[in-house]
Amino acid sequence: MIRLEKRPQPSKMWIYMTPVLAVLLTMLFGGIMFMVIGTSPIEAIRTIFWDPLFHPQFAAFSRPQLLVKAGPLILIAIGLSIGFRAGIWNIGAEGQYIIGAICGAGVGLALYPMESALILPLMIIAGALGGWAWAMIPAILKVKFGTNEILVSLMLVYVAENILASVSSGVLRNPEGMGFPGSRNLAQWSSSQNLELFAGSGMHLGVLTAFIAVILAYVLLTRHIQGYNIRLTGEAPRAARFAGVSPARTVLFCLGLAGVLAGMAGLFEVTGPAGQITIDFGSGYGFTAIIVAFLGRLHPVGILLAGLLMALTYIGGELAQLMLGVPGASIQLFQGMLLFFLLGVDVLTNFRIRVGKAEVAA
Amino acid sequence: MADTLLSLSGLTKAYPGVVANDDVSFDIREGEIHALLGENGAGKSTLVKMIYGLVKPDKGAMVFRGAPYAPAEPRAARASGVAMVFQHFSLFDALDVAENVALGMENPPPARDLAQQIREVSETYGLPLDPSRTVGTLSAGERQRVEIIRCLLQDPKLLIMDEPTSVLTPQEVEILFETLRKLKSEGTAILYISHKLEEIRSLCDHATVLRLGKNVGTCTPSETTARAMAEMMIGSTFATPAAKATTPGDVLLRVDNLTMPAPGSFGTPLRSISFELRAGEVLGFGGVAGNGQDELLLALSGERLAEKGTIWVKGADVSRDGPTARRAAGCLTAPEERLGHAAAPNMSLTENVILTAGRRENLVNNGFINWGRADQFAADVIKRFDVRTPGTHVAARALSGGNLQKFVIGREVAQNPDVLVVNQPTWGVDAAAAAAIRQALLDLAEKGAAILVVSQDLDELMEIADRFGALNEGRLSALKPVKDLDLEEIGLMMGGAHDMEVAHVAE
Repeated sequence: MIRLEKRPQPSKMWIYMTPVLAVLLTMLFGGIMFMVIGTSPIEAIRTIFWDPLFHPQFAAFSRPQLLVKAGPLILIAIGLSIGFRAGIWNIGAEGQYIIGAICGAGVGLALYPMESALILPLMIIAGALGGWAWAMIPAILKVKFGTNEILVSLMLVYVAENILASVSSGVLRNPEGMGFPGSRNLAQWSSSQNLELFAGSGMHLGVLTAFIAVILAYVLLTRHIQGYNIRLTGEAPRAARFAGVSPARTVLFCLGLAGVLAGMAGLFEVTGPAGQITIDFGSGYGFTAIIVAFLGRLHPVGILLAGLLMALTYIGGELAQLMLGVPGASIQLFQGMLLFFLLGVDVLTNFRIRVGKAEVAA
Repeated sequence: MADTLLSLSGLTKAYPGVVANDDVSFDIREGEIHALLGENGAGKSTLVKMIYGLVKPDKGAMVFRGAPYAPAEPRAARASGVAMVFQHFSLFDALDVAENVALGMENPPPARDLAQQIREVSETYGLPLDPSRTVGTLSAGERQRVEIIRCLLQDPKLLIMDEPTSVLTPQEVEILFETLRKLKSEGTAILYISHKLEEIRSLCDHATVLRLGKNVGTCTPSETTARAMAEMMIGSTFATPAAKATTPGDVLLRVDNLTMPAPGSFGTPLRSISFELRAGEVLGFGGVAGNGQDELLLALSGERLAEKGTIWVKGADVSRDGPTARRAAGCLTAPEERLGHAAAPNMSLTENVILTAGRRENLVNNGFINWGRADQFAADVIKRFDVRTPGTHVAARALSGGNLQKFVIGREVAQNPDVLVVNQPTWGVDAAAAAAIRQALLDLAEKGAAILVVSQDLDELMEIADRFGALNEGRLSALKPVKDLDLEEIGLMMGGAHDMEVAHVAE
């Protein structure tokens, strides 16, 4: 008989071991899946995890992509994780990301074709404010009327996507774009371009901001009373109120912070890798970041690693579709397995598995 | 009637790191009231859970009426004739009494028959209860009757009662004791778990004392002093809190016509509560649970804000101040619920001191936490209040109830408050720890703090309070000096008959 036995305290070792175990289980069961659909499991897993970084031919292209993809994931996930720590479930980072990009791009395009070193900083601020404002909608509705932030923030993603469709063929459309939807290319305008800081690294301002966010979030959560209050709110809401933490202020802070970071991520994306506001600008980073946040155990350093791992599976997944011809759905399934196993094996942190009958402790 | 009903021999149950029961043997005879005594963590709960089929013993055997007895689950125990009334009721507020009773039965009869049976049992045993009332409107004593009747309908041979009187008024306790004596006279044996030694002395025929999982002896309670039993429980002697002799000083806490709506559909509104609390004074508020104790605590801690001009600390109006500002003003509180309210279960003790002491003990500078100082403060609390724990890094949930209570109260006492409000400071705490907590409160009062103790333990209030008041449906009775009161008078105050008017009893 297999039983679960509650640990008196969460196991320190398993906090670190569960993500590793989850990745190994994903490789095992993902490998079985690839075998079933007729692909060599070893080759598939090598293509997903190894080739993007070390393939002699593709690595030069795909290696920088790692940071390009991981940057926004980490930046958004850091913001989300702070809220998740407090039990505030912002599912709408994708919308905040889109609105941040639109606001930042809008401010930049309004100044086009002026040349100034101040334009990009101004756009970053506008992007952050755009994401913040979009996140304030569920925050204020929750504080004032007790609405559920999960539903409101999620629904606002679809609103944001419609606004995106509207502006990319409306007010933000490139007047010189020969009628095609989509804005001017911001990556090609020297005042707004968010270039790689080191050639061939994929490291742009957004990635740098993500790394800084990791450090600041770590300091916030471990050293600052605001971070303590957030953790306390998530652990024991009544104790938090007893400690004097205002639930309303926590909601506003957490959703606002997530909005700011998601909005900035959107702005860095539209001025760099994406280049322009188009109908399909929303790439799902805001949703994937939720997975990244949990994959990283809502811990800043964990999120850093999880973001890199997630980016790797994306790039590797694309590579596998390209080189091995596996269907895109199998890659999504593979990523889904990763989250599934992560949540599943998390039980080991708080419980231990006992096999056999109950034994007498010494 | 002297035959053995249930015989336990060599029962052993171990959990990782702790042996809850170690070779426990004793007999319960037919038709006796048998007390099970012991400190918190002595293994009483584990033992009754084994009898009730919730936990399987590792070793040992039980014999019930001559036949081997090893219930695999509570259903099997109930089928054999063992019933249990838990300390925490498992009732649904929104359902009525009969529906709640039906939910606990294997094959409930049709609703009308069941209501009739409930009426019969409640009349036979003197437990007035209307089957059609909604449980949410019942008092704690009435809720307990629902649980007891649910058990009695199954005609048990052995009824296990876990701390049944902790939520009752003295009058309700008398009613309960009458019922138990009647059951006993009809041949039902009762295994009675309690901390209240005087009750055991007046009610029980035999007592078995557990300490650290072992049976350390039996006694005949009526022939043993309460103090002797307490010393058997803890295995050593302990000091009774020494009464203090200070004259009250300035008014430190003044509550002026405090009125508040109920926080939820089953909460209690506060109705024009007024009192003054002076330096050096200990004020005791009694009352049956659910009569506004929790709501009063929330109002005094600042978790719910009162109307302007209703709560004054040291002459300043703090009614609209939140918990942080109240603490800064010198008014500290300790709520009843230790885990989840007074402390965060998964956080370490060091993290838990920041919960209330961050500002007063300078553990936070410019928003940044000084973990070194916090750890030091936590270690001080642990040392000064004899909290048994491997260290400050331990999660609050890993501490036993009594130890966590010492930590939670100690955390507030160590901050040298001007006003300290505590709710149920020794609830579920063993005799030695309770004495230590009471002594700490008295010492604090002696140093000039004003202390409000809200408790359902009347003996505790009689022991440490200077003045006594009772909460009833959110109202506060007139305050009376404790030395002028007797138990009957207190009972009437708790029942809402202020100023000794004859109680108007419904039905």
